[in-house]
Amino acid sequence: MLWTHNAGNDKELGVVRQIIDDFNASQATFKVEYQAFPQGAYNDSVVAAAAAKKLPCLLDIDGPNVPNWAWAKYLQPLDMPENRFADQLPSTVGKYDGKVYSFGFYDVALSMITRKSTLSRYGIRVPTLKQPWSGAEFTAAITKIKSSGDFDYPLDLNTGATGEWWPYGYSPFLQSFGGDLVDRSSYTTASGALNGAPALAWAKWFQGLAADGMVAKKSGQDPAVDFTNGKTAISWNGSWAADTVTAKFDDVLFLPPPDFGAGPKIGGGSWQWGMTSSCGSREGAQAYLNFARQTKYFVEFGKATGLIPASTTAAAQLPNYAPEGKYRVFLDLAGTAVVRPETPGYPYISSVFTKAAQDILNGADPKQTLDKAVTDIDNNIKQNDNYRS
Amino acid sequence: MPTTLTTAPPITRPAATPTKRTARPRRLEALAAVAMASPAVVLLFIFLIVPILLAFGLAFTNAQLVSPRPMRFIGLDNFTRLAGDTVFWASLRNTLYFAVVVVPVQAGCALILAMLVNAKIRGRNFLRTVYFVPAVTSMVVVSLLWRFMYQPDGLVNKFLAAITLGRWEGIDWLNHPTTALPAIMFMSIWQGVGFHMVIWLAGLQTIPLELYEAADIDGATGWNRFRYVTWPGLRATRTFILVTITIATFSLFTQISVMTQGGPLDATSTVVFMAVRTGYEQHSTGYASAISLAFFVLVLTVSAVQRFLTRERP
Repeated sequence: MLWTHNAGNDKELGVVRQIIDDFNASQATFKVEYQAFPQGAYNDSVVAAAAAKKLPCLLDIDGPNVPNWAWAKYLQPLDMPENRFADQLPSTVGKYDGKVYSFGFYDVALSMITRKSTLSRYGIRVPTLKQPWSGAEFTAAITKIKSSGDFDYPLDLNTGATGEWWPYGYSPFLQSFGGDLVDRSSYTTASGALNGAPALAWAKWFQGLAADGMVAKKSGQDPAVDFTNGKTAISWNGSWAADTVTAKFDDVLFLPPPDFGAGPKIGGGSWQWGMTSSCGSREGAQAYLNFARQTKYFVEFGKATGLIPASTTAAAQLPNYAPEGKYRVFLDLAGTAVVRPETPGYPYISSVFTKAAQDILNGADPKQTLDKAVTDIDNNIKQNDNYRS
Repeated sequence: MPTTLTTAPPITRPAATPTKRTARPRRLEALAAVAMASPAVVLLFIFLIVPILLAFGLAFTNAQLVSPRPMRFIGLDNFTRLAGDTVFWASLRNTLYFAVVVVPVQAGCALILAMLVNAKIRGRNFLRTVYFVPAVTSMVVVSLLWRFMYQPDGLVNKFLAAITLGRWEGIDWLNHPTTALPAIMFMSIWQGVGFHMVIWLAGLQTIPLELYEAADIDGATGWNRFRYVTWPGLRATRTFILVTITIATFSLFTQISVMTQGGPLDATSTVVFMAVRTGYEQHSTGYASAISLAFFVLVLTVSAVQRFLTRERP
């Protein structure tokens, strides 16, 4: 039995079904069935099923949850040779404690979406991954756009989104400043990483964006629509919006984020597949995952979803992602992706960071807010005995 | 359902209690009572008493929603942390602020509406139905709609701009610490007032007409009629309404979850919202139980005070 979060997403579910049918037809020993859940209720269903000891054999998992579920013994290591994943984007392989627990077929990438004509109108340089905007250059650019009064807001950071978007979308800025969500050398404290000088600089910059009217404190429902309607000039959004914006404008640019000192960063890690500890048929689950890891299925997923294929061989077979393809830039960007901290304490860190970032955007004192976030995270880690396995 | 409201005959007075029962053995009667009560009691026990007791126990542990380790007793740790948690105090303050405003305003507006639709005017059944419609609409739906209406270019701002001839500057109601909670209060009252109107209405109709006639003969009108006939006649209804609105306001959650997520700057965080967020989003079952326990004590205290204030005086 396989559980997936794809209910209501027919294209992606179609590929999942195709793989299952192919697998069932290819051999007679094992039979895989699937059950699809709506994404919003998926994690709760898994946690509830785990409490009732009724997990299926195979699960799909949102990347940042892998360590938490591995630590909670929902998942078991895939136990496949490491080099099997050599051609995958690092952000699409879920690791915990040095072992591989999951792999994904695709990833998404964030970029600064804008139009070539917009940049040239205000005399702004088109940045590249090798030569991204510096922090000062970026500020000058949006200030110039703002003073023209042509747009409601020069920048849209999608602040109207809730939940996981906040750490996914904004912790890369924090990392570009040189801070982080947690000290990744030990994973036992956030002190220094989340409230040191770089983090404070990030917080002041982030707060300033809202205070100076560069971004909305709560942006519209769909940033891609606001962008195509000409309300915003530069939109910080995921590659999932690429089709919408390229359908409307023919001079769309997908640009790397600014470099605030530690290089341009984006987030990484999307949905991945793994097997559960309670699985009665370990061989069956392994056989299925092995079978699914064929390049043609990576290609199928890429075709169906338009997302970034997780393997470079598959990318070569997709026109959009081949070298010179119109979305190739996402693949290059995904190479710079920083995965969210691989620690079982991540769900808590995510929740605390989200609230802290929201408060900072709304004008809370940056130092106090970050200090409180650090205290909360450290307390939580301590209460869970450092999340030792 | 609104239709039953309009067709039900007005209740004139409480049914007279039977004066004497036939002489049946009391033991049989007691048995029957136990049998009839047991389904409800069992359900209450499993879904109310047991969880409450569990929460009491969990509040003193480090229990996690997702964890491979057994939980551990950590004494009063959760409570010392709670005492120093600024979000908790903000939530408590918001909850009390919400209750202090909403309880009297909602009860008062409901009473005024009830008296209006109780008067013999044309189309009163229609009005009763109209006022009751929000009460039978799901709070989630209402919250979603009002979220759009409160947007900077939403209906509320457009309306205010229209009646002030454009002098009104749009406010992002739900995104300012000072306006967010009042905006939610206004919406909650709008949604809940119809339900309590109906209860007041039922109460109004239990007041014997003779009393009003007697008052008329004594020459009482307007305010005096209300003060000396209506108000005393609503004694039981009053207590009921006070208690139900109070409990409803303390458990404020849906509106917050849909509209503001506790923001901006904790201006709309409530105790229940904080408990749910801590328990599910942050996986901290133990800490969430401690918050629930504090909430339990709060509700218990307030209910006890209300009970004392509305007690039957000898």
